[in-house]
Amino acid sequence: MTALMPRSAGTFLVLLALLALWQGLHLLVGASSLASPTQTVSKLASLLAAGEFWLNISETMRAFVAAFAISLFGGIALGIVLGVRKLAGNVAEPILTTLYSIPKVVLYPLVLLCFGLGISAKIAFGVMHGLIPITLFSMNAIRQMKPVYRRTSQVMRLSPSQSAFTVIMPAILPEIISGVRLGFSLTLLGVLIGEMFASQRGLGFLLTSAINIGQIDTIMAIALLLTVFAVTCNALMMRFDRRLTHR
Amino acid sequence: MSEKLLRVIVVVAMILLVELLCRIGVIPRMVMIAPSDMVVELGKILASGQFSADIRITFTNIAISTVLSVLLGFVAGVIIYSLPSLRDAIEPLLASYYAVPTFVFYPIFITLFGVGSASIIAIAVLLAVVSMVTATLNGLDRIPRVLRKTGQIYRMSRVKTALLIELPAATPYLFTGVKLSVAYSFIGVIASEFILSGAGVGYAIAYAYNLFENGHMYALMLLVLIVVTVVNTFLNVIDRRLQARRQR
Repeated sequence: MTALMPRSAGTFLVLLALLALWQGLHLLVGASSLASPTQTVSKLASLLAAGEFWLNISETMRAFVAAFAISLFGGIALGIVLGVRKLAGNVAEPILTTLYSIPKVVLYPLVLLCFGLGISAKIAFGVMHGLIPITLFSMNAIRQMKPVYRRTSQVMRLSPSQSAFTVIMPAILPEIISGVRLGFSLTLLGVLIGEMFASQRGLGFLLTSAINIGQIDTIMAIALLLTVFAVTCNALMMRFDRRLTHR
Repeated sequence: MSEKLLRVIVVVAMILLVELLCRIGVIPRMVMIAPSDMVVELGKILASGQFSADIRITFTNIAISTVLSVLLGFVAGVIIYSLPSLRDAIEPLLASYYAVPTFVFYPIFITLFGVGSASIIAIAVLLAVVSMVTATLNGLDRIPRVLRKTGQIYRMSRVKTALLIELPAATPYLFTGVKLSVAYSFIGVIASEFILSGAGVGYAIAYAYNLFENGHMYALMLLVLIVVTVVNTFLNVIDRRLQARRQR
């Protein structure tokens, strides 16, 4: 039976099971500790109807978009430079992987002291999370690129910028998208952690202030909103990726 | 070899640059203390034992969440592997799991378990376990067919095949999962302590930040950075050995 079902039907069943589990937990621990799925959705709807909530969303989004743009362009540019210059890449790679694996939260006070409380600290913190994975993926993509592409661009005497845009970029695009997917979610995480720790506005701030006044339905509504946002963006990028690889 | 030397030179030069900028006052003391002072401060707090309780709690929690996520992830991975229809259903969810900013669930765990080690371990396990599941699936997928066939020829029992053939063959991949679980446990524990908790290194750093106690703050940051780097280097050495064994 199950073998005949399309793949998405099984996934749908798993999601339903998760929803049932959520409802069951809600009944088990009570509404004051865990809001039910319907409560969460209706709370989210009423939050989205209020204008103030959108101010917080736009604050988070502004920080996120700026941080992601910097990570994206900075990471790809840095990755291309390190990928093309072998020595620089070899020297930098272990340093970057070490930086990548440290819990960056411990450095957040440093960011706050440098940039002050406000949106620039959040952006900087988001970039700290997102820049390195995008750099590493782009760098490795170039290193694994078939040498014939580069030789061809040399034979055709393309300028460095011409070969970057017309040869290297298209060749490494699929790998870069994997890096960008990772960078996207880490940047979002960085911005949110930044807001949760020290901020006056934004979704992360709403989350921590909701803990302090014990509004479990608000917490869950925001968590749901962010999960849906992140998963949707990720799915879109994965679909784009699949289209590219089947080209 | 010269690349290694060059790397050391780059890192040392960066530290010296920061040191110089701090000493001549380009970076004010309120923002950052000189790296040499951080080392001195770290020595002081380690000698005084002022933060020993916090340090012990943090590393205990990291150890617990690593062990839990490795065990749970391995068992879940084996179960999912043995049920192909479940696997087909779950795999798209696993692929987008790390897109979710897991820390937004931390407040939910706080209302469920209260502020303390339980909610911190829960969020760290939530963060780490899926990397172990994925690594287990990957490892089991890549066991060469010929090994299992050899087991059949020797008429090994199911248990023997699992212990003598499948487990060793999957080990390099499983270890990748262990490595990731360690990294995620570090991030999960320290970040949740940092955001909201009453004890631990992350909490101590946040507390020192709020009191402008830069000496303590930078000493603790340095401690975390040193521990993480040492642990990672150690795990990478083991990893490289396992990978080398795979290619033999």
